[in-house]
Amino acid sequence: MESPIRATRILGFIFFSLLFFVCRSAPSHNLLISNAERRIDLTSHIVKVYLTLKVENAGSTPTSEILLAFPPTQVDHLATVEALVTKGKRKKTTLVRLDVKPTELPDVPNGNKYFTIYLANPLSSGESTTLEVLYMFTHSLEPFPAEIGQSESQLVYYRDSALILSPYHIKQQTTFIKTPSTKVESFTRVEPTNRAGTEMKYGPYEDHPPYSFSPILIHFENNSPFPVVEELVREIEISHWGNLQVTEQYTLVHGGARHKGVFSRVDYQSRPTLSGASSLRQLLARLPPRVHSVYYRDEIGNISSSHLRMDSRKSELEIEPRYPLFGGWKATFVIGYGLPLQDFLFESSDDRRYLNFTFGCPLLETVVDKLTVKVVLPEGSKDPSAVVPFPVEQHLEAKYSYLDVVGRTVVVIEKKNLVPAHNSHFQVYYTFKPIFMLAEPLMLASAFFLFFVACVAYLHIDLSIRK
Amino acid sequence: MATMPILPPMPVLDLVKSFKLKTKQQELLIRVSILCLVYILAFITRLFSVLRYESMIHEFDPYFNYRTTLYLTQNGFYDFWNWFDYESWYPLGRIVGGTLYPGLMVTAALIYRILHFLRFAVHIREVCVLTAPFFASNTTLVAYFFGKEIWDTGAGLVAAILIAVCPGYISRSVAGSYDNEGVAIFALLFTFYLFVKAVNTGSLAWSLASAFGYFYMVSAWGGYVFIINLIPLYVLVLLITGRYSMRLYVAYNCMYVLGMLLAMQIRFVGFQHVQSGEHMAAMGVFFLLQVFYFLDWVKHMLSDTKLFQAFLRITVTCAVAVGAIALGLGMLSGYISPWTGRFYSLLDPTYAKDHIPIIASVSEHQPTAWSSFMFDFHILLFLFPAGLYFCFKRLSDATIFIVMYGLTSMYFAGVMVRLILVATPAVCLISAIAVSATVKNLTVLLRSKNKGVQTGSTKGSSSSKAASKALLDQSQPFQKNGAIALLFGAFYLLSKYATHCTWVTSEAYSSPSIVLAARGAHGSRVIFDDYREAYFWLRQNTPPDAKVMSWWDYGYQITAMGNRTVIVDNNTWNNTHIATVGRAMSSYEDEAIEIMRSLDVDYVLVVFGGVTGYSSDDINKFLWMVRIGGGVFPVIKEPDYLVNGEYRVDKGAAPKMLNCLMYKLCYYRFGEMLTEYGKPPGYDRARGVEIGNKDIKLEHLEEAFTTSNWIVRIYKVKPPNNRW
Repeated sequence: MESPIRATRILGFIFFSLLFFVCRSAPSHNLLISNAERRIDLTSHIVKVYLTLKVENAGSTPTSEILLAFPPTQVDHLATVEALVTKGKRKKTTLVRLDVKPTELPDVPNGNKYFTIYLANPLSSGESTTLEVLYMFTHSLEPFPAEIGQSESQLVYYRDSALILSPYHIKQQTTFIKTPSTKVESFTRVEPTNRAGTEMKYGPYEDHPPYSFSPILIHFENNSPFPVVEELVREIEISHWGNLQVTEQYTLVHGGARHKGVFSRVDYQSRPTLSGASSLRQLLARLPPRVHSVYYRDEIGNISSSHLRMDSRKSELEIEPRYPLFGGWKATFVIGYGLPLQDFLFESSDDRRYLNFTFGCPLLETVVDKLTVKVVLPEGSKDPSAVVPFPVEQHLEAKYSYLDVVGRTVVVIEKKNLVPAHNSHFQVYYTFKPIFMLAEPLMLASAFFLFFVACVAYLHIDLSIRK
Repeated sequence: MATMPILPPMPVLDLVKSFKLKTKQQELLIRVSILCLVYILAFITRLFSVLRYESMIHEFDPYFNYRTTLYLTQNGFYDFWNWFDYESWYPLGRIVGGTLYPGLMVTAALIYRILHFLRFAVHIREVCVLTAPFFASNTTLVAYFFGKEIWDTGAGLVAAILIAVCPGYISRSVAGSYDNEGVAIFALLFTFYLFVKAVNTGSLAWSLASAFGYFYMVSAWGGYVFIINLIPLYVLVLLITGRYSMRLYVAYNCMYVLGMLLAMQIRFVGFQHVQSGEHMAAMGVFFLLQVFYFLDWVKHMLSDTKLFQAFLRITVTCAVAVGAIALGLGMLSGYISPWTGRFYSLLDPTYAKDHIPIIASVSEHQPTAWSSFMFDFHILLFLFPAGLYFCFKRLSDATIFIVMYGLTSMYFAGVMVRLILVATPAVCLISAIAVSATVKNLTVLLRSKNKGVQTGSTKGSSSSKAASKALLDQSQPFQKNGAIALLFGAFYLLSKYATHCTWVTSEAYSSPSIVLAARGAHGSRVIFDDYREAYFWLRQNTPPDAKVMSWWDYGYQITAMGNRTVIVDNNTWNNTHIATVGRAMSSYEDEAIEIMRSLDVDYVLVVFGGVTGYSSDDINKFLWMVRIGGGVFPVIKEPDYLVNGEYRVDKGAAPKMLNCLMYKLCYYRFGEMLTEYGKPPGYDRARGVEIGNKDIKLEHLEEAFTTSNWIVRIYKVKPPNNRW
């Protein structure tokens, strides 16, 4: 935790000097942002930024690429970037998602990182368009003080810039920051700055050149727990007998201010709002509908504090860790459930089968540092390939489960730094001949048959030496 | 074949007839199916705890066994054999490989390996949980063969059924009770069966098998001492009663010599067979048998009786003298160790109370109450004497054995509650003889009546007295009715036994004791999972090298579930160390902190039932800590904690009691807690009093964690203050 924060500070200075420094090399000088509005949501521990950009092509050539810039410290914590464009007239506007890809550029000032938004229709000269950009940061709230007692509330720092970092000239920009409560210890003023209730307004600022930066620091109360799953291993096992078995192994940690000193149960029980306000008491997992045989356990056995609510559209599993999690406390546990196979397994047009399942972590409002999804295909399946809507690492493994001889093919997909926005569907394609389903029953049957034959033989053969 | 000969049309009746079984085959089929059913029954009746709770390890010792099994499966046998465990008995550590009976772990690991070889991807925990029921099922088979050997197949079947559900055995073999006894009772009965078989046949193969059975028993449980003393005693009785035979000579010598050599391979047992007082009886009998054999040979060679008498006198005197001198020399030189305290406490029930408080403090080492005999044996308690009567009526080498086994184990069962377990197979077998013989007699009577022509005697009311004599006197009236009535009586009793056993299993013996269940106000089941809550907290949120001090009862659980180093645990090998912990718990805080610092204690764990009314907590165990601590450190005196010989925690408690560490840790900030409506704050529900010291200040410790129902409280030892 320490080093990125220090790096942030150093870089803050560098960027401050950038205020007076106009950068020369930007790929498309001809683009400019006529109006930018940024809304930063700090209510949970996932920082959500909604950016509305009105982009204008002031050059002569049409362009379809728009760059987004992030300082390197933020890029490390950047979980997801999405860009949308509104289409249609006022009444029936639809949002269309655009491609966003990380881009490496030469001669980048201060190690900034770029993402390119690819427009569906090139923006011709003189035209303008409005983009909605949504991006999220994890681990961007630094608890200060870093250690708190049971009765203290959790205060955090948030660092950003009052001005939007952009390779383009911005004519007018405003930033709104929403804090979870009205309790704000301090915040940097970059006039004009207003604060009303839980919202702070930076701006409007007029006419800032590319790469303008003005660091701000907000110190505020955030008593929501910071559930961070350090590692999540999801194993999805396909059985063509009609079941999909999902096993999820969690390593959960409370990522907020570390707990120090005494944990008093009397205080915790008698004054739940004052004492341990930021502690993590329970979690909600949203599971697919028609889930069955749900279990919630850890290395030493079943954990009895869980509830399952089911309706036709979703199932909600409410789980409590064995003990309330204070800052820095850990808990590991396993959630497992079965699902009807026909809801998730389909046949594609080219006679292949594919599994269509959600990718991310079913726990609400949690950050996953490292996710490993293992799709265990049935024994005898061939040519597996996975289609995931974002960049991931993939490899294959073999697993031996009940009565396996050659082992099952496991498609392993790994991704780091996930937020709930990653809970989209992914597909795993493979070919499978139904005859393989009969292999295990036949094996069992023949084993029993041989056993009985052996019994019969034993009863009919006289092995004694004496006559 | 080109042309098929047309089969003559076979009458359907003939076809059916060809499938009809002969009487002998029918009997075999019934016997095998009964045995299969009993086998399954013995397994499933032990699964109550899995259904009620979950597939988990129970109690205290099984957690150690589970931990070692896990280690064995992960690191292999040699690592296990040479394992030095740093996580227990800090700072001494424990040589695990040399201080345990590895039979259970090796068995479970072997089952695990076999299942994995057969591609059954089970978890080792499931194997451990189900090991005891599996061996209980196997025990029923052994009981059948044993019963068959000593009486007949009927008795064998009844014995199998009785032992399958007998609560005395179930208490130690439910699913999850992964303890040595689970496999040891199987090994015990199997060894006895093989030995009796060897004595009956005189076959070297059977006695070799019994030696291996004995080896397995030695590897599984310390109770093997019972075998190595009972078998020589049995041989001695046979010698005295003039039943010496070549068969006995072969069986005992082979079993003893090979069994002894094999047993020496177990590190924990080592050379005890030749060095410890408990095993000397077997050796003495071994030499005695040689003398007997020699005399027999001389008698055979000498034709002169007078000469032989003289020779006999000289030889016996010499042999006894040499034996006594050898024993005396061995004892004096320290080569042969004297009997241990545990052995003494078996022979003399009052010994432990005066000399070894650590043995006396364990509830399962208490003398048995009559009620628990009734609870564990039910009708077997009445059938046992009847079975003995039948055994004496048909005395043979085998029945003598079972009678001796029954009588000695009954005595031990009276001395210690946990030894009811050892008596159970004998009681079941002897009772089975009673049941089988009675029922057989009655049915024989009924059948013979049917063939006869007497019809007048079936009238009128039955008289049981008349019926019991009916076998002797054919002309007695009302025989048939009496027999029917008695049969119904027997079946009524046996069905009562079955219901009792099921009820006991489900109510008393199937709770894991880690998870406590209670009925809520609305009749719903409330689960107190505080132990695991605390252990898991320790596992996740304390430094990996933290040392936890608690009373020894929780040591195994803390290391297995909490994965942290403990000062003392359930392997009570070092009394001084336990006494040190007892002393720390019963001292004032500033004295205790010195002890804790010297032991590098980071956390102190206490179990407290004041909020939930859980009565087996540390406050109720506290007097034993005082006694054990005081046994080594005379600074701690039991009367200091008592008021007029009475143990209290309320206002009238002794001042030392109110300020000792254990009291402070249990009741810290309990005075603010409202536990029951209409009662003052700080009302202790386990003892039903308001506590005497509500204003507890801790100086060197701080509360680190308390579970949701306050059952486990963990305190952190603060680092010493800076001097300036």
